Amino acid sequence: MEKINVTMTVNGKEEKLSVEPRTLLVHALREHLDYTGAHIGCSSSHCGACTIDMNGKSVKSCTVFAPQAEGSEILTVEGIGSPDKLHAIQEMFKEHHGLQCGYCTPGMIMRSYRFLQENPNPTEEEVRFGISGNLCRCTGYQNIVKSIMAAADKIRDEANVEKKEIA
Amino acid sequence: MDDVKTPSREERKSALSGLGTSRKRVEDARFTQGKGNYVDDIKLKGMLFGDFVRSPVAHARVKNVDTSAALALPGVHAVLTAADLEPLGLHWMPTLAGDKQMVLADGKVLFQGQEVAFVVGDDRYAVADGVSLVEVEYEELPVVTDPFKAELKDAPILREDIADQKEGAHGARRHPNHIFTWEAGEKEETNKVLEEAEVVADEMVYYHRTHPCPLETCGCVASMDKVNGKLTVWGTFQAPHAVRTVASLISSIPEHNIRIISPDIGGGFGNKVGVYPGYVCSIVASIVTGVPIKWVEDRMDNLMATAFARDYWMHGKISATKEGKITGLWCHTTADHGAFDACADPTKFPAGFMNICTGSYDIPVAYLAVDGVYTNKAPGGVAYRCSFRVTEASYFIERMIEVLAQKLGMDSAELRSKNFIKKEQFPYTSALGWEYDSGDYHQAWEKAMTSVNYKQLREDQAKQLQLFKDGKSRKLMGIGLSHFTEIVGAGPVKNCDILGLGMFDACEIRIHPTGSAIARLGTISQGQGHATTFAQILASEIGIPASDITLEEGDTDTAPYGLGTYGSRSTPVAGAATAMAGRKIRAKAQMIAAYLLEVHDDDLEWDVDRFSVKGAPEKFKTMKEIAFASYNQAIPGVEPGLEAVSYYDPPNMTYPNGAYVVVMEIDVDTGVSDIKQVYALDDCGTRINPMIIEGQVHGGLTEALAISMGQEIAYDEQGNVMTGTLMDFFIPTAWETPNYETDYTETPSPHHPIGAKGVGESPNVGGVSAFSNAVHDAFKPFGLTQAHMPHDHWRVWKIAKDLGLHS
Repeated sequence: MEKINVTMTVNGKEEKLSVEPRTLLVHALREHLDYTGAHIGCSSSHCGACTIDMNGKSVKSCTVFAPQAEGSEILTVEGIGSPDKLHAIQEMFKEHHGLQCGYCTPGMIMRSYRFLQENPNPTEEEVRFGISGNLCRCTGYQNIVKSIMAAADKIRDEANVEKKEIA
Repeated sequence: MDDVKTPSREERKSALSGLGTSRKRVEDARFTQGKGNYVDDIKLKGMLFGDFVRSPVAHARVKNVDTSAALALPGVHAVLTAADLEPLGLHWMPTLAGDKQMVLADGKVLFQGQEVAFVVGDDRYAVADGVSLVEVEYEELPVVTDPFKAELKDAPILREDIADQKEGAHGARRHPNHIFTWEAGEKEETNKVLEEAEVVADEMVYYHRTHPCPLETCGCVASMDKVNGKLTVWGTFQAPHAVRTVASLISSIPEHNIRIISPDIGGGFGNKVGVYPGYVCSIVASIVTGVPIKWVEDRMDNLMATAFARDYWMHGKISATKEGKITGLWCHTTADHGAFDACADPTKFPAGFMNICTGSYDIPVAYLAVDGVYTNKAPGGVAYRCSFRVTEASYFIERMIEVLAQKLGMDSAELRSKNFIKKEQFPYTSALGWEYDSGDYHQAWEKAMTSVNYKQLREDQAKQLQLFKDGKSRKLMGIGLSHFTEIVGAGPVKNCDILGLGMFDACEIRIHPTGSAIARLGTISQGQGHATTFAQILASEIGIPASDITLEEGDTDTAPYGLGTYGSRSTPVAGAATAMAGRKIRAKAQMIAAYLLEVHDDDLEWDVDRFSVKGAPEKFKTMKEIAFASYNQAIPGVEPGLEAVSYYDPPNMTYPNGAYVVVMEIDVDTGVSDIKQVYALDDCGTRINPMIIEGQVHGGLTEALAISMGQEIAYDEQGNVMTGTLMDFFIPTAWETPNYETDYTETPSPHHPIGAKGVGESPNVGGVSAFSNAVHDAFKPFGLTQAHMPHDHWRVWKIAKDLGLHS
């Protein structure tokens, strides 16, 4: 099958790849570009393990063709923090036992990342609704919800500190 | 002496993060940064992909498999069929249950989704194209999906390969579709007690077919290195060593030339215990092509073809005196095993530990018979987040208790309390032959009843019922109770083996010169946090901080032999091995310390992280100092180094138990249930990491919620799978999942070195009964005795309709 060129920015880095038009974005990321953080759990948009951020929206990358991501800004779990400075959400998932087998975690974290920008001060109910496109088989969600609520607090606190420093 | 600088005993203890601490997980740094290493993340040079052509029908003769069009496709390298595997003797493979299973369809197919051919190609896309071009000619045959019709005289014979065999792996077979009859207890005596009983409750309890459905499906990467003759297989294996031995036995590759690696596993729940055709085909394809082969099933493959769970029809009779003292229990189970008997049970237990079905109760006499039958459904019968068939057993007795309470007109909480095995009766030998090691059921029950304010709940329920009867509400309240006793930690080699491999487990510890350590185990974590918790066990045993102990599992070239992780066996068996290996380290350390301190061994005592001289605690050697000495001192009569290995054969199973309460409100007109409260009290003996225990309980309860309230593998009469995607197969989201209250009592196991019993599966075992009993309880005032799970909205609506509650 004839291949086409796709250019996208992944975690701030411009990536060029040549793929069959039918290549799914999750396969392009995992297999062509080696960003294996996004996982595949169902290939049908139900489980959310492949959730990434595309142009400021949560996207299930198993249901997007790579060419549809032409020119887009992609953020994956590998791009939101660093080993020296984890993102607040990553840190709070660790702190509050928000994961067990870790398979849903990258998708869950990326959904939380976008959700907390959509709603920086959520209620528990809003968190539960906000992540309801992401399935977890291990945790029963209770500690995931706790982690996200704690991350929301932490992100707000950090923002307040920054504001004070600027003032 | 400067007191400020001398840490107290408590401070030293706390610095270890040992037993009982909610230590944060060491696994999480990787997982939160997307740096896990799951099987689908593995990428090897020249690696090709493989996938299956699967049968679209449930029962048919395979007249012809034409692979020519697929092979002509650029990017397709090979297509394997049974004919290709036959010369190698690999077109069939042994199952864990003593049966055999087709690797690729050999003349016929027996369930929808069965593997027919294996296509190997450049990437997933080329393989998918190839799969679609394989032409298979099927001649359809009559289908059997009802296990009660499987043994009819004119039933179609499913397994023609063994149609004439009167003896199976577990004794006599009475029909070509019959697999085994397994019995426990006293048949005649039980019948006599039932006949003479004042009260008998008789009920059919169905525990429907479902599936463990871990978020990561099953898969592997097989790599045959023809230069050095070594086969390496990375895969989603819950029992890597057993896979190595089985692979060697069926492939004739010497065992030392096979290396099995379980990398990170994205949940198992029993799904990843079995050996699947995908593993065999990947290995053969790697041998044929000379390059690594990756096979990863998709979700539909997973739900249709690998390892279902449950599907037990349990007919029960329970007898009691008018006062509610249980006198006997009888159970006949019809077990639907699908097309091949691929149950993952210890060899001597074809129905697992179903004979724990006397539950938490002191029942004087009991009888159990289980008949396994073949149907045109996928093989499996794995222990989905439970020990072998323990969820089925627990659900059965907890339903029977409810049905009996109804018959007696007695509150079921009181009936339970009246019949619990008493604390002083432990160790208790059950009527069906198990020796329960320990428990305090009354204490747990009373704590649970007080915590939820049971009396108040019943009053609230009565008020709600009155409102309903008065036409002021369309909702009913249900209170679901359960008390469960599990049997986990298989198991003693004397009666537990899988394919002849004794179910011991092992731990090997190596202390480094600077006082840190590495420990390797025969188990494999799939989310349980072994790297965190086993280091805690060791920290308490050898006085080295948990953070200084690396824990490794899953590589058969480096880890000691063990039977893997399922049936809550890691803590009871490998956890015990860990403690015992730690004690061996300590024994040697004591000799070294005695030499260094110039005292006799017996003059020393262990004190958290050091040996000190009895009566003179200021004279001591820490484990760190001892570790260094073991590498740099020539100690007479003592070998250099500080290492130990323990292979632990448990003397008995462990018996975790607990008391659960679920409160729900049910809308009679829509069948929608609103879960108001879930209280779970667990007694898992000594608690290693309370944070992880709680997390496990939350997860297990959610799987219980799923199973009881909607999750099933359903077939139509033609054997079509009706629930093959996550659209139809219910997995609760955060939105449907309630918050849970966890609680505990702590009755250590008397025979386990640290008293731990295992917990990961308890919430599923106790949870399913509690959720289901709540649904039944809501409709009890209108005469409902038994409604089969799952209690999805439609089925609950139907209960209400059938009871005439819809005007």
